[in-house]
Amino acid sequence: MQEFAYPVLTVLVFFPLLAAVGLFFLKGDNTIRVYTLGVSIIELVLSFPLFAGFELESAAFQFVERMDWVRQWGVEYYLGTDGISFLMVVLTIVVLPLCVLCSWTYIQTRVKEFHFCLLFMTAACVGVFTALDLVLFYVFWEAMLVPMYLLIAVWGGPEKRYASLKFFLYTLAGSALLLVAIVAFRVAGGTFAIPELMEQNFTFNFQFWAFLALALAFAIKVPMFPFHTWLPAAHVQAPTAGSLILASVLLKMGTYGFLRFNLPLTPAASEYFAPLMIAISIAGILYGGIVALGQNDIKKVIAYSSVGHMGFVTLGIFLFNQRGLEGALFQMLNHGITTGGLFMMIGAVYERSHSRDLDDNLGLGKYMPAYMFFWGLFALSSFGFPGTNSFVGEILVFVGAFEQNPWIGALMVPGAMVAAAYMLRVSLKLAWGRPISWKEWPDLNLREWSYLVIPAVFVLYIGLAPGLCFKVMDASLIKLEKDVKEGAKIVAMEKENAAQVSANLALNSLKGIIK
Amino acid sequence: MNVNPYPFMPELSMFLIITLLFVQAVGSERMRHKVGVWLPIASLLPIVVSLFSLGQEGLFFHGAYQVDPLSQFFKVAIAIGFSVTVFNASRQPTLLDENRSDYFLFLSISGWGLMMLASSVELITMYLALELSSYALYAIIALRAKDRGAAEAAIKYIMFGAVSTAVALYGFSYILAGMHTTYLADLVQKTWSFEAAPMAVTGMALFLLGMFYKLALFPFHFWCPDVYEGASNETAAFVATLPKLGAVVILIRLAAMFKPGYDITTVIAVLGALSMTFGNLAALAQQDVKRILGYSSVAHAGYIMIGLISGTAEGLAAASFYALAYVAMNLTCFWVVSRVSVDGRNLQLDDLNGLHNRAPALAFALAVGAFALVGLPPMAGFMGKLFLFSSGWNHGYNWLIIIAGINTAISIYYYLGMVRHAYTKEAVEGTPLPDTSAFSFAGAALLSLLVLGLGMMPAGVFDFALKVGSVVP
Repeated sequence: MQEFAYPVLTVLVFFPLLAAVGLFFLKGDNTIRVYTLGVSIIELVLSFPLFAGFELESAAFQFVERMDWVRQWGVEYYLGTDGISFLMVVLTIVVLPLCVLCSWTYIQTRVKEFHFCLLFMTAACVGVFTALDLVLFYVFWEAMLVPMYLLIAVWGGPEKRYASLKFFLYTLAGSALLLVAIVAFRVAGGTFAIPELMEQNFTFNFQFWAFLALALAFAIKVPMFPFHTWLPAAHVQAPTAGSLILASVLLKMGTYGFLRFNLPLTPAASEYFAPLMIAISIAGILYGGIVALGQNDIKKVIAYSSVGHMGFVTLGIFLFNQRGLEGALFQMLNHGITTGGLFMMIGAVYERSHSRDLDDNLGLGKYMPAYMFFWGLFALSSFGFPGTNSFVGEILVFVGAFEQNPWIGALMVPGAMVAAAYMLRVSLKLAWGRPISWKEWPDLNLREWSYLVIPAVFVLYIGLAPGLCFKVMDASLIKLEKDVKEGAKIVAMEKENAAQVSANLALNSLKGIIK
Repeated sequence: MNVNPYPFMPELSMFLIITLLFVQAVGSERMRHKVGVWLPIASLLPIVVSLFSLGQEGLFFHGAYQVDPLSQFFKVAIAIGFSVTVFNASRQPTLLDENRSDYFLFLSISGWGLMMLASSVELITMYLALELSSYALYAIIALRAKDRGAAEAAIKYIMFGAVSTAVALYGFSYILAGMHTTYLADLVQKTWSFEAAPMAVTGMALFLLGMFYKLALFPFHFWCPDVYEGASNETAAFVATLPKLGAVVILIRLAAMFKPGYDITTVIAVLGALSMTFGNLAALAQQDVKRILGYSSVAHAGYIMIGLISGTAEGLAAASFYALAYVAMNLTCFWVVSRVSVDGRNLQLDDLNGLHNRAPALAFALAVGAFALVGLPPMAGFMGKLFLFSSGWNHGYNWLIIIAGINTAISIYYYLGMVRHAYTKEAVEGTPLPDTSAFSFAGAALLSLLVLGLGMMPAGVFDFALKVGSVVP
């Protein structure tokens, strides 16, 4: 048990919330921006004990805080972090100041509410990644829906109504059965606490249904291939900061959910469904890549590329080997950095050309060299160029896939190649196209430099020296892999024929209804 | 007979209000206009009194009237609901001045009847209390200036009410004939399977039908959206909330008979499933805010059934908690509706446009109320739903809970619609401004605090609800 001057995770969750309330006493748009930026930096400072106190070798949950919330039902206020969630928490906190900076001039209406939503989002996202109680997790999971909806619906593009509704309906529909699954876990396992539930072995039949209910919620959030249609709409319509949070943090919640819940809680079912999950991951990689190739809206290209990248993550997760899991976690982090950076770049150019169409933004390389430098860096990273961060993640997933089954690896190769094709196509046009719309746009200013340098540093740092990140995640991932393998083995005896089991179950519930 | 008055303090405090109103109603013309001044403050009295008498217990009037945690819990809920509706109605634009004292007189009689209903443990007593509360309502629904729609709503409510009461009474006679007693304490001891007591089960089914009508459970809900639409906003706030509490209290008292596996339990579960699905689907197509809330109450009646059929003390506690949460959430929404509709007309969704800058507190309260009705955390509706689901899981009706889960996803569209209009659209020039007085904002703030508080710190209230659940054998 570590000792700190203050409960770190609680403070990280509730400080932005309190600060958000403080917004209502402020006047003047610039005051609000400076205030929120200040809050985001204080939040970063407050997270210092996380870096100082995190024990790299330990696979256990750290910074644990635990107390009763609703005693009668065993609902607890239970926070903690481990190697899986640590990097996600850091990512969430780092993204906040970037969000404020990149919407400094972009957002001109209802500034106060906008920053309220940003702070609220951050609180909820940190909560999602640190909650160790299923109900608490669900509370944060749903709490972040409303501000995200408002970010798209109020400050979004022309199709914002459609995009925001689609986002909300899809995500809520996914999580409707999540609540039922949570209740079922409580009744079957006797507690809402995740670490305690991980110790238990549920029957295969139970795991089968629980996996499906959980996976639906997470697959929509990721989004995996057949459920991805909300993502391009939401990304394209959202303001820059909205896209940034969406890409960097929200999508990670889906894959985080797979790592935190599906694998340890329903290991046998995860193994059973793995071929299916791998298949739709590969479908997502190929589909996202090919569709991105045909887009003319730059934001749509990046949005579809997200579908592809997240396909790599889910693929890595369901390989069940150490390389695959590491690759998945790396890819989650990298996608957050790289795609977040690309979305901020699109926001920056949109403020100049007021168009996201590729044809309206040709030939920037000649006039905006700094801009193209950053774009080039993020674009290289996006298709996994060696030396950038995404290379580390992608190569790990590749290694894991070939370890598991060469055919899976072989099917991924075209996906990686398409990624290079669409990124190069966009970059080529942006850099060397014939400039037909250029009107004395200035190159990056200091504010834009500052918010682009941060992800750029991480791109190179993780790309060249990924050792520290490995250390953070390894202990937890090794434990996870071991747990999954063992858990699956224990329950494996029961699952002679899962189709039979599910048919029986359906029959039984029918009987129950008739009776 | 020597009766100790302390256990009846909540009822007596209500009765005090009624007598005062009665004097005013039969008094001179001038007296009648003064109601708005003292009544809202006086309506706080029953809350205080019923909070103080939470611990009372006893059985009175030859075992027909029971004061126990269940009744006291619901009396507090009724007193709070009554007070909020009185505050809400004190600025009613469509209520003629000469009707004012009559209106509030009937309103308090109805609340009084519901309080007594909460304590009734004998079928005839129950019937009397129920009718007392219903008859008062029949009269006030029509009181909406010279509105023809309100008259239509009142007639609908009376017709439906009369038929369902008649059917329930008919059911009584069967129960009496089949079981030879009207005391609930004796009735719950008997076996309620159709094979063992066909006559009594038939009678109970008929009686439940009457209760389901009050609760607006599918397929007895047809009156509900129409009556809400026809009645004035403030009256609808009362009709939508308090009578539901009365119906829930009776169903909880009867719940000991609904053991999982009985035919009657399965029927209730099926009706619950149909009710939530139908209510939510029908609400999707509505434009009128009150009709939306009407159909949403049909859906919520379905959710409450989950707690009733689980057959455990936790289930009943969850149902009581949900009923309380439902009243709080609905009153919050109705408060906003009544304050936005300054001229007393029916609000369409478009009338909510631009609420976020015209009346930020009302917009916030609407968001809290609507999201609570969906069941989004951290509002009261979420905790209520969590309790319902947890208590109902693995008691033979898992399919009902899965249907309820899916229904959450259906319902989000129309609740979100209200918030969407309030937050993302701008008002057209020339639409009347909502009420932005301190009164309106304070009410909105208090009600949202109540809804959020029930959601974030439900432990204390739930403790009491658990006592409620354990009352039933």
